[in-house]
Amino acid sequence: MFLLPNNTDTVDTLARAPFKQHVGTFTRMVEVGRVVLLNDTRYNGRLAVILDVVDHNRALVEGPVTGVPRHSHAYKHMTLTPFKIKNLPRAARASTVRKALQTQEIISKWETTGWAKKIQSRTTRASLSDFDRFKLMKLRKQKRTIISAQVAKLRKEKN
Amino acid sequence: MSIKAHAPRNSQLAPGVSRLSRSQVYAKRALWKRNKKVASASAADKATETRSAAVKGEKNGTERTVALNKASRWYPAEDVPRPLRNRKAPRPTKIRSSITPGTVLILLAGRFRGKRVVFLKALESGLLLVSGPYRINGVPLRRVNQAYVIATSTKVDVSGVSVPASIDDAYFKREKAPKQASDEEAFFDGSKPVSSGPTKTRIADQKAVDASLLKAVAAVPNLRAYLNASFTLTKGQAPHLLKF
Repeated sequence: MFLLPNNTDTVDTLARAPFKQHVGTFTRMVEVGRVVLLNDTRYNGRLAVILDVVDHNRALVEGPVTGVPRHSHAYKHMTLTPFKIKNLPRAARASTVRKALQTQEIISKWETTGWAKKIQSRTTRASLSDFDRFKLMKLRKQKRTIISAQVAKLRKEKN
Repeated sequence: MSIKAHAPRNSQLAPGVSRLSRSQVYAKRALWKRNKKVASASAADKATETRSAAVKGEKNGTERTVALNKASRWYPAEDVPRPLRNRKAPRPTKIRSSITPGTVLILLAGRFRGKRVVFLKALESGLLLVSGPYRINGVPLRRVNQAYVIATSTKVDVSGVSVPASIDDAYFKREKAPKQASDEEAFFDGSKPVSSGPTKTRIADQKAVDASLLKAVAAVPNLRAYLNASFTLTKGQAPHLLKF
C-alpha cells in the first residue's frame, strides 16, 4: 500500500494500523475523542478532548482532569495531538471522558512525549530565579568541558 | 440647581470667568455673621511684648504700657508674599516588600552597577544599606536607592549579622576637607594632595559586618561565586519576562 513518508508519529501509526483508512498527508484529524492542546490565553498549555464538532471554526471541548470547562473552542487556538480517545460517543459527559482518559492512560502517555517535556522544560526555565540561572550556567559550563574534552580525545584517536 | 456638598460655591462660566464676583462670594460666605476667631496670646507672651513706662504729669496717670516692638506707622504698599501653609509631614519611605534583610540585590546604577550585593537594613532616609561583601566583589558598606536596584528572590541568612548602630545616614556623610591656604602654592610645591581613602573606622566596620556575612554566604553552595559574578543580560533574555 502506498503511504506518504509521514509516519514518524508512532501512536497514530499504531492506532490506525488495523484500518489503514487515514491515507494521505494528514494523520491527526478533528474528530470526536481527539485530544488537543489548547493554546489560547486562558487555557494555555492544557489538554482537552474534542467532544463534538460545532462548525468549521469551533469544536466543543472539555478537559475534566486538566481543569478545562466544557466550552466551544476555536480550532485556531488549539493544536491536535496524536492521541485520541477510542470509542468515545459524541458529546460525552465529563465523567465518561475522565474515565476514558484514565483507562486509556492518555495523560501519562502525553507526559512522556518530547512535546510535553519541551513545554515542561520551557516553563521550568522561565520560572528560574537569578541564582538558579547562575547555577544552571555553571552546570552547562561543566557539561561543555566534559563533552569538549571527549570530542578532543576522540578526534586525536582518529587522526 | 442644587449645590453638591464639597462642590465649590463659585463655578466658572468660561475658563477664567467666574460666575460670582468677589463681592458676591463675600456676601455668600457671610463670614461677618460668624464668630470671629481672636488670637489669644498667653499672658506670659503679652508680658514680654510690652513694658510699662512712667508717664510724667499728675493728671496723666503714673504709667502706661508701651509695646516693645513698635508697630509700623505704615501699612505695606504691596502685599508681602508668604509661603502657603503646609501641613504635610514627610513620611518614612516604604521599602519594597521584596526587599528584606538578606535579600540579594542587583545594583543598576553607579560605579558598582551590575554587582550583586546583600541588603542589610533600611536607613532612616529610605536608602538601603548594602554590603558586597567587600571581600567577595569589592562593594563596601554603601547606601543605595531602592529605585536603582533589582531585588532577587535569593536571600542570605543575615540573622547572625549585626550591623553597628553607629552606621546611619550621618555615618556616610562626606567629611569636609579643611581648606588649604592656597591651592596654587601646593600645586607648585609639588606635594601631592592627600588621598582620601576609607577611614580606619570604616575599614573596621566593614570587617566586623563582613565576618559574619561571609560565614553565612559560605554556608550556601555557589552563593559566593554568584555574588562575585556581575549581572548581565544574555542573548534571548528579556528583562521584563525574567524572574529574579
